[in-house]
Amino acid sequence: MRYLTDRKRAQGMGAGGSGTQGHWRMMVRSMIMVVLVPLFLIALGKGIGGSYQEVLAYFSRPIPVIIVALALIVGLIQLMHEAQEAIEDYVHGVAEKLTIVATQAFCYTLIAASLLALIKLAL
Amino acid sequence: MVQLTLPKNSRITTGKTWPKPEGASNVRKFQIYRWNPDDGQNPRVDTYFVDMDTCGPMVLDALIKIKNEIDPTLTFRRSCREGICGSCAMNIDGINTLACIYGMDEIKGDVKIYPLPHMPVVKDLIPDLTHFYAQHASIMPWLETKTNRPAKEWKQSIEDRKKLDGLYECVMCASCSTSCPSYWWNGDRYLGPAALLHAYRWIIDSRDEATGERLDELEDPFKLYRCHTIMNCAKTCPKGLNPAKAIAEIKKMMVDRAV
Repeated sequence: MRYLTDRKRAQGMGAGGSGTQGHWRMMVRSMIMVVLVPLFLIALGKGIGGSYQEVLAYFSRPIPVIIVALALIVGLIQLMHEAQEAIEDYVHGVAEKLTIVATQAFCYTLIAASLLALIKLAL
Repeated sequence: MVQLTLPKNSRITTGKTWPKPEGASNVRKFQIYRWNPDDGQNPRVDTYFVDMDTCGPMVLDALIKIKNEIDPTLTFRRSCREGICGSCAMNIDGINTLACIYGMDEIKGDVKIYPLPHMPVVKDLIPDLTHFYAQHASIMPWLETKTNRPAKEWKQSIEDRKKLDGLYECVMCASCSTSCPSYWWNGDRYLGPAALLHAYRWIIDSRDEATGERLDELEDPFKLYRCHTIMNCAKTCPKGLNPAKAIAEIKKMMVDRAV
């Protein structure tokens, strides 16, 4: 039990001084995703159904690789930040910080693994 | 951590069923949340029957009738009876609203009345709004000026005055904030729709000279940006206001300022 005034409790430690940049970047990524996701689906769809050699040849062309790489990077970064929002909503305290770190590590690993797979296909 | 189940001492039990009024033909059933901090019992839902032929049309009329004629221990806040004071905000038929302006003809079946959700209960239908009011105070709900006070008045154009419409009407009933899941989970850090609507009311006021300081105070991932545009606030507001739009306008101003 801490003896804090109601006003002190409401104000806490004051404003964090950040938030707008994160909000703006989320919106920009969302707008980019509106364009990228259909392109990603088209690019991926064209590669599906071919033989291994045809798929290799398809992903050795720059445009499909760039579209897929961009979609994966932007999409996974967006996923990471959206997941962080959800974690901040529902998990509090030390568990919150640990879950955010684990989620970010997982997302960066996914990005690295996806890019490595793409590079191996493209080269 | 979010709690998905109520603690044992908060689980609601079935309460007392009061007798039906004798000789009444037009009777309506009311199920009302009851909790008394002094008796050490769990909350319960009591059932009352009200003769609608001798009752006013609003939910508050029925509550006053129950208190006057059936159970004087039923506790709730009320004052103006015309949607101006915001005292009688409660959860009626699953919607946070003002009992005084919510007609019983808008409710199908039994009338279920609970206190505003996710707030500590003082007694029966009375929520503890201490933190809610402190958050309102923290946004400095007054005109801040640096220029010397004019001899006559702070002038405002008709166009600038119109910008306050849809904002100044808020009666601080807390219906919006207590309907907001973000406020439920993070009410200690997120200001909630009501406080943010009031914040915008002063940010947008052409006479106020503390716009920058007000925006600085809201530059926080929780105070402002915990709003996920769920829109429950706009749906539930008994005055028909749109706090979600006010929050979106603050976010736009923040982006205009920073980007």
